[in-house]
Amino acid sequence: MMPGHGEVLIAEGDPRLSEDEERLIAEFRRQLDEGMWAAVPTTRPGSGRRQALLVKAYQDVPASADRVIFFPRAAGG
Amino acid sequence: MVLALLVLALVAAALMLPIAVRTVRFRTDRRRARWSRRRAERRELRDPGRERRAEQRARELLRSCVNDEEWAMYRDLGFIRVLGRLQAEGPHGLSAPRRRFRGGAPSSEASRGPARTGAEGERQAGYAYLIYPHKPIVAYVPRTGRLLSEYCVEFPELAGAISHSRLPDSDDVLAKWMALTADERRLINESNMHLPGRQIDPARVRRDLWRLREWERLRRGPDAPVAPGR
Repeated sequence: MMPGHGEVLIAEGDPRLSEDEERLIAEFRRQLDEGMWAAVPTTRPGSGRRQALLVKAYQDVPASADRVIFFPRAAGG
Repeated sequence: MVLALLVLALVAAALMLPIAVRTVRFRTDRRRARWSRRRAERRELRDPGRERRAEQRARELLRSCVNDEEWAMYRDLGFIRVLGRLQAEGPHGLSAPRRRFRGGAPSSEASRGPARTGAEGERQAGYAYLIYPHKPIVAYVPRTGRLLSEYCVEFPELAGAISHSRLPDSDDVLAKWMALTADERRLINESNMHLPGRQIDPARVRRDLWRLREWERLRRGPDAPVAPGR
């Protein structure tokens, strides 16, 4: 998510391919270095309710996740 | 003597040449980048549909992330209700020693039994939040309708701090929803807490809570009993 733009595709690839994975990891780190938060929309097991999972490292991204959403970090308004 | 000076000047000029070329090229590139940036900014200013398209994309993204009920709530009412998950303690109810003892994120979902949804969950939850776009998050007690507090939180762009642009409405709601459902305690700690009524008129919130009850009653069916609460 980018202020003034909305959703912008930063990178995409198949994490099972090493070349793609390297690119995804590099982009993941760059976004976090710029101060963004990363979240993965997930479904709570059992109830089926949707929720989000904040991830701080690439390896924390669930294998089943099809996208990671980066958004500016929260600050007191 | 003159010849020696001439040779020295030639050598110096030859040595300086690559540096001069590099400097000129660097300045030209920088100027070109500045021009293209300004052109892009002007193009964006001329494009009146940019924000509308951004909002449209944001709505699609929100729809794909939240629960169907929450999406319908946002579409029909303009806000999303999220049930509080810190259980009886409330958003600011933990004492410091207990907070340390219980750890950071509100986890241990399994110990809390099946997840609550909709009006039934609201009646059971000790407190809930209303998420409005670009307005504070409002905490309230579903059973009584009592307003607890406002949590002022923003998602400012750090890289372009001079920029006055902000997230589209639906992206702002999604960012709050993700932060709240992923790590409620962290979001609450990052925000500035105020008493109800500082930014959002309490009468408006009470009206929204009534609209929400009516909306849920209609979704359950016209013959459903009226939900308790003010």
